[in-house]
Formats: sequence, C-alpha cells, structure tokens
Amino acid sequence: MAEQDFEAPLSELQKTLDELARFPGDPVKTREATRVRQQLDQQRREVFAALTPWQKTQVARHPSRPYLLDYVQALCTDWVEIHGDRLFGDDPALICGLARFRGEAVVVLGHQKGRDTKQKIRRNFGMPKPEGYRKALRAMQMAEKFGRPILSFVDTPGAYPGLDAEERGQAEAIARNLREMARLRVPIVVTVTGEGGSGGALAIAVGDRINMLEHSVYSVISPEGCASILWRDAGRAEDAATAMKITGRDLLSFGVVDEVVAEPPGGAHADPEALFESLGTLLDRQLGELRKLSPEALIEARYDKFRRMGQLGREFLDRAV
Amino acid sequence: MAWFRRDNTPLTSSEQASRVPEGLWIKCGSCKDVLYRKDVLKNQSVCAKCGFHFRITARERLALLFDDGRYEELDAGLVSADPLAFKDTKAYAARLKDGLQKTGSPDALVSGFGKMETMPIVIAAMEYGFIGGSMGVVVGEKVTRAVERALAEKAPLIVISCSGGARMMEGTLSLMQMAKISAALARLDSAGIPFVSVLTDPTTGGVTASFAMLGDLNVAEPGALIGFAGPRVIEQTIRQKLPAGFQRSEFLLEHGMLDLIVDRREMRETLARCLRMLRGQ
Repeated sequence: MAEQDFEAPLSELQKTLDELARFPGDPVKTREATRVRQQLDQQRREVFAALTPWQKTQVARHPSRPYLLDYVQALCTDWVEIHGDRLFGDDPALICGLARFRGEAVVVLGHQKGRDTKQKIRRNFGMPKPEGYRKALRAMQMAEKFGRPILSFVDTPGAYPGLDAEERGQAEAIARNLREMARLRVPIVVTVTGEGGSGGALAIAVGDRINMLEHSVYSVISPEGCASILWRDAGRAEDAATAMKITGRDLLSFGVVDEVVAEPPGGAHADPEALFESLGTLLDRQLGELRKLSPEALIEARYDKFRRMGQLGREFLDRAV
Repeated sequence: MAWFRRDNTPLTSSEQASRVPEGLWIKCGSCKDVLYRKDVLKNQSVCAKCGFHFRITARERLALLFDDGRYEELDAGLVSADPLAFKDTKAYAARLKDGLQKTGSPDALVSGFGKMETMPIVIAAMEYGFIGGSMGVVVGEKVTRAVERALAEKAPLIVISCSGGARMMEGTLSLMQMAKISAALARLDSAGIPFVSVLTDPTTGGVTASFAMLGDLNVAEPGALIGFAGPRVIEQTIRQKLPAGFQRSEFLLEHGMLDLIVDRREMRETLARCLRMLRGQ
C-alpha cells in the first residue's frame, strides 16, 4: 500500500540505508549505515510522537497492522476457534475462541480484517453482521457459565451497513450485547487495537478495563462520515478527526479509556514483538486486578464506570441545581 | 455506449413532509389531500384520510400519554457543556442555542413522571427538532436517570425514540451513552420492571442500536423509518437501490424486530393495556 505522507522522509532514509547495506564488507559504508540508522530511528520516533488524529487514523488502518489472529498467536496458546451464532450462520469478520493466556483458560474475541483482497472480502473488511455479534454474545455467555475471563480486541470500521444486516437486526444484535455485557459475571478486558468504529466496536467493548493502542482511534462515526455530514465534504476528514477527539490521549482525559499502550516507533506493525510484550504484561496485570473482585463487585464497578461517562459539571451542567 | 453508463437517478428515499406545516389549510405528506389544520391537530396530527402520522414534538407526546397531559418533568435543567468545544461549519454551542430557540428544550429529550390510566409511570420522549434528535451526553444522562427513577418508583418505563442516532459533536462520549443506558436497562430488566420502547419516524443509528431495540415490547408507529444504518449509507455500500418499504415499521415487524405497530390514536390505550397485563393487574 502507498506510504503515508508523514512517512516520506523516513522512506528516503530507509532507501539510503538499503543502498548502504549492499556493501557489508566496506568499513566506511558500514559506519555510514550506522549513522543513517540512528538518524532514521530518531526521525521515526519524532514523526510518530507527533502524529495528528488523522495521521493516527491512517496508522490505525495500516494494512500491515497486527490483527486479532496475530495477537492470539503471540499472546495465547491452545487456541480453539469456535463458530456460529446457532441462529443464522458464522461471521468470519468477528472471531471467537478458547485459548490459554499465561496459562489461564480465557475466551478471546475480536474483529478480524484481511490482508489480501481475497481475505479482505472473506472477512468483510472487519465489518461484522448480526450473526457476528450474536456469536460473540454466545461466546461471552459461555465464558460466564464456566467462569472464564474475556479478552476482547476491537478493530473495525463499523458494523456492516448492508441490506442483509438490517433484515437480520443489526441494531438489535448490538443493543443486546451492550445490555448483556453490562451484567456478565466475569472480567472483561477490552483493547482497541486499530479502528474503534462506532456501535460496531462498542458491541464488544463494554468491559472492566478499556485499553487503546497509542495509534488506534475510537469514534462515534468515521472522520469521513462526519465530514460528509457536517462539512458536506468527505475531504474535510482531517478536520473531523481533530474535532471529534478520537485518540487514546483525548479519551483518557474523558475517562472513556483506562490505559493507552505505547506503540514502538513506526507503529505496531514496525515491531510487533515489542508491542505484544508490553500488551501481554498489561493484560496480565489487569486480569490479576479483576480476579480479586467478586462477580457482584465486578458488575457494580463496571456499571459505575459507564455511569460516569458524561459527568455533571464537566460534560453537562444542571441549570436547575 | 449506454451499457456502461451509470444510472444516476436521485434517491427517492425517505423525505416526507413530516411536521404539520403552518397555515389554515395544509397538505398531507402522504396522500397529498388538503386538510383543515385544526382538524389534523385535533386528530393527534394524523391524517384522517390516509392515516399518515405527522411528526410531533416530545412535549406533545408526553401530553398525549400522561393522564390529563400532566406530569412532573424530570431533569429539565440539564444542558450540554460542549465537552469537545466542537466546531464544524458552525460552532456546536451555536447549534445548541438554535435548538433551544426552536424547540424550547435545552436538549433532544424530555422526560416526566406521572400517571397513565392511573398507573404511575416514567415516560421519556425524544425531540427531533433538536439537532435531529441526536443523542449526546444530556440525552444519555436523562434516559439513564429516567431508568433509575423507574427503578426507584418500581414504575414501568416508556421511551419514545425519534432520532438520527448518536451526536457527532460530542464524539465518543455520545457513543458511550449507548453503553450507559443499556447498562441501566439491564438493571431494570433484572428487577422485572417493564420497559416499552416506542419507535417513531425516524429512529436510526445509535439510538436503535441501544435502548430503542431493548424493550420488553418494541412498538412502532406505522410507516416509521427504523434502522441501524440510514438508507443512503446502505445504498452507497451495496450500490443498489433499496426496495420500497425497506426499513419501515411494517418491514421490521415482518422481520421479527417489532412486537406490534400501533396507530398514534390508539397508542395510550394499547400501552396501558399491555403494561397492566405485564404487571399482572
């Protein structure tokens, strides 16, 4: 895929580096290569530390970014994917399964995008249909039945806006998940790894801990969608991305997310192993904290967490008080 | 070369003349018949000839359902603090002011506690005239408080939806209201207190994908546009024209998403009858 604008200076340096690497025996070229590599690392760090919300959206959508199955492979053992909602079909855009995370049996679920055209179509670009959300609910209720914690990974442009999805009750499927997740008696840890696209993301994101990767975004509508409605020009997506405050840092300040997970310079796909390492440590810590709570305390705390989103005096005022 | 030319006929979807227009004589948005305005208003803003339901305000809704139109208004003082300091082609703060001026309400929902056929009840109604009935933090908070009031009073809850969905100008906070309200409804559900969702034209997006679909009974007015994605978005996605009647109440009933479609003029009586039976009275 075409590089992003902000990556242009980096790819220049990378090209120089590749050129120098063709002379492994030459001490002058090797010294030069070391210097260029340092410069590249430095510049990459600077570029990625200063990404705008719209640039972050591009990174969040990067086709090399790790997807659910990459996280499963890196963080879990004993993966067994389960299929179907028992009502209509199986949705390859939303994957559920049993796995071991650091030795403990858990239920893992999340959106799955495809890498090549064939896979993208099979995974419907990570946009689930009602059967996907209903499968997820089935998996989560099974987790509850057997006392297994839930790890949910969010990366979707949104729930699929198509004719068949409407016929089968996309809205109902999402709504039911929101209500039922609020009262599941097991820990739920959510990580937004790429695009947190509106209701299609939230439908598997009502949890006890909400994490966002540094270059992921979480929004009520895509920047393009917002721009085409409010600015009447999809080209103003950059303005919409900024105005909607969709980055982890913004959402941390609103209390919508609990942790922002730092990504390696260049984004998650530049050094996935480093990311898996730090994310694994975080998830382990969070599950450890939640394991100490009784199911009642867990549900109570989860209720309070979402109850506080929109606080008197901060997001709204009560003129009558 | 006509075989590859795209057919660019404009979309003929949902826009109907929705509100009862001003003037002595008005035209029905559906059958185009000329009607005496006072007759229409006396008929709960339903066309006497074809049954077309004009859109009505949140306060009119509450007045139609509560006994003698009387109720204690809840949380009337809540106003958005514009948490994102949002601005598109116009500042959100100015849109809020316009909304207030246009509707007399500080946000897109009015809720009240009172009696319906002598039964204590909490009813909330959305106001489409206020930024398209969109749900931001204030709407989310007012619905949640309405649910909590219903829990405290052990009284049934009715929410009348009329909304384009979550409000973009409050960003992800608007999205979170879907989870907040649904969590509150889980408590109401666990407590065994009835919740009836009434869906009116139009109910789409995050409102449909949260409380509007979570009623013990989902009831709609005839011909209302109800869906997750709007028809235009779907047409762009599938690159096809949508069949007539797609996403209308009758379509949703046929696909199992609604319990019943009720004419506005019979709404109060029907809701009261159902609620009494659910409560074993």
